Amino acid sequence: MNSNLAAFPTDETRPSAVTAGTSSLGAAVWKRFRKHPGAIGGSIVLALLVLLIAFAPLSPYDPELSSMEVRYQPPSAQHIMGTDALGRDLFTRILYGGRISLTVGILVVVISLALGVPVGALAGYYGGRIESLLMRITDTFLSLPPFLVLILLSAILREVELPIFERNNVLTIAFVIGILSWMTFARIVRATILTLRELDFVTATRALGGSDLRIIVTHILPNSIGPIIVEATLELGYAIIEESGLSFLGFGIQQPTPSWGNLLSNAQDHLTKYPWLAIFPGLMIFLTIISVNYIGDGLRDAFDPYKVLEKVGE
Amino acid sequence: MTTYVARRLLQTVGLLFLLSVILFALVNLAPGGPLAGQGQSRHIDPEKVELLKRQFGLDKPLPTQYLIWLIGNDWMKVDIDGDGVAEGYGTRKGVLRGDFGFSFRTRKPVLEEIGGRLPNTIYLMTVTMLAAILIAIPIGILSAMRQYSAFDITVTTFSFAGQAIPEFWLGLLLILIFYAWLKNPVTGDSLLPSGGMTSVGAVGFDLGDRVVHLILPVATGGLGWIAWYSRFLRSSMLDVIHQDYLRTARAKGLPNRLVIYKHALRNALIPLITLLALDLPYIFSGAIFVEILFSWPGMGRLYYQAALQRDYPVLLAVLIIGAAFIILSNLLADLLYAYLDPRVRYDQS
Repeated sequence: MNSNLAAFPTDETRPSAVTAGTSSLGAAVWKRFRKHPGAIGGSIVLALLVLLIAFAPLSPYDPELSSMEVRYQPPSAQHIMGTDALGRDLFTRILYGGRISLTVGILVVVISLALGVPVGALAGYYGGRIESLLMRITDTFLSLPPFLVLILLSAILREVELPIFERNNVLTIAFVIGILSWMTFARIVRATILTLRELDFVTATRALGGSDLRIIVTHILPNSIGPIIVEATLELGYAIIEESGLSFLGFGIQQPTPSWGNLLSNAQDHLTKYPWLAIFPGLMIFLTIISVNYIGDGLRDAFDPYKVLEKVGE
Repeated sequence: MTTYVARRLLQTVGLLFLLSVILFALVNLAPGGPLAGQGQSRHIDPEKVELLKRQFGLDKPLPTQYLIWLIGNDWMKVDIDGDGVAEGYGTRKGVLRGDFGFSFRTRKPVLEEIGGRLPNTIYLMTVTMLAAILIAIPIGILSAMRQYSAFDITVTTFSFAGQAIPEFWLGLLLILIFYAWLKNPVTGDSLLPSGGMTSVGAVGFDLGDRVVHLILPVATGGLGWIAWYSRFLRSSMLDVIHQDYLRTARAKGLPNRLVIYKHALRNALIPLITLLALDLPYIFSGAIFVEILFSWPGMGRLYYQAALQRDYPVLLAVLIIGAAFIILSNLLADLLYAYLDPRVRYDQS
């Protein structure tokens, strides 16, 4: 991960190029990104999934209304993914579940960026005591057993009645996952800032009277945008897996609201008799994660031109 | 080196102390407190709750409770019968002396609960890791040797897929295929069992039976790691292959086999071994899904049951053990790295 950082600055990402106009960075990245077949494939699949999910209300079926006369129907022309224990169309429920899972994923990325970037920026820029305090906190969070603490927090919050964090709704789950996922961002941002803060353009800005905040936000952060975007993409995938895992165990999104994880959880009871209930929700998680991972891989290569050169040279 | 290890161990103790405070606070600040989840006793009368609270020492301020949890209460007067008067000495020895208290769920000592489960988890983890490594290493080497060949492209694609499959779905699919669909042609039974460590009613140690029960859990838990390690070793090998000393080895006429297996592989394995140590905690927490899906009597399932029933003493103990495990794995990774790669030195500071 840190090897990405060694590649800065390059022609496209050199500070002056960035401050001159971000569009040139975007164009250069896009030029390399589109040569990565996996990333393009992943983008197409993900775009299709998002479109399907966005147009979920066009489905003729209601995601929560049960119709007992069509329980446990195998996949057919009417119900392409079959129906569940309450006769609800599985495809429709999966699309609505996708809204939940993707929303949680995006919120987690936003929350962990909002926590991790300032922590990393302050630690890297100011150094000294602030840095050692902030990095100690980061290390402490990294020493919490992954997933076990997630279960603990969700189990606790499941019992609480709070104003916005209603019993394990989307926001609660996103908050719980996000508060345990920001550390990588903090480390990445700190590492880039450490390499940048002594460079001439930063000193020049400071000499011109630029405030610390201005230096960090307009001059330093844009230079760590590459690794941040790559990590954010991968984090989206992890977050979706974590939400599904939590919901699968019953600690995440609660019924009747569908999420990919709790749909799978329900399928366990009659796995042998009604296998489609287990196959399709998992397939959606799988397709989303593999697309996101390919996109992340493509972005990493695109933001890291040295690595591409290395590959070509091999 | 000794100073370095001593310093790191000291930091470990400090970090564990901090984590124990945080985790203790989290668990005890939960609404309703530790008694709220006491199963059927939800409608217990308030007087009885007060009595229980006094008996468990839950009426004391949180820092005192933490202290009792840490060092026990056999040195102080406690209210044994819960009548509000402290009359005798407590019996708890505290975590530092190996007493994690009693499970709310089974009323057995937490350590006994964990002691019964931990070996099963370690057993499953060890087999999973060994299998993953033994499969991943040859795949990684071959794909690096034949970069961009059909084999390499297939492996790369599969490793992306392997890393994207959630364990809980993979497990369900494997149960579906090998338990529900495929049958043993001779007996007509399911090809593989869908759960447990041994067959029900099995007497004594039966290696065949054990192996059969391991296949699906190990495949479920191991596939992602095979994908990850083979991909990692592939790029690690490619890094090494382009180093100057390998060119030198070739130039002085060493046969290719020797260059690859002796010079390249050895150096490519160093980061893999470090990575393995760092990954241990993730394998540990990944065991939750495998253990639940395959009714494996391990720590992960214990934790899951404890979380469902809010068995706080067990939750806390597993979390602390998990945290210690992570910190020690990190230390192990650093030490292994220093040991295997002489260029890494810890003399400074």
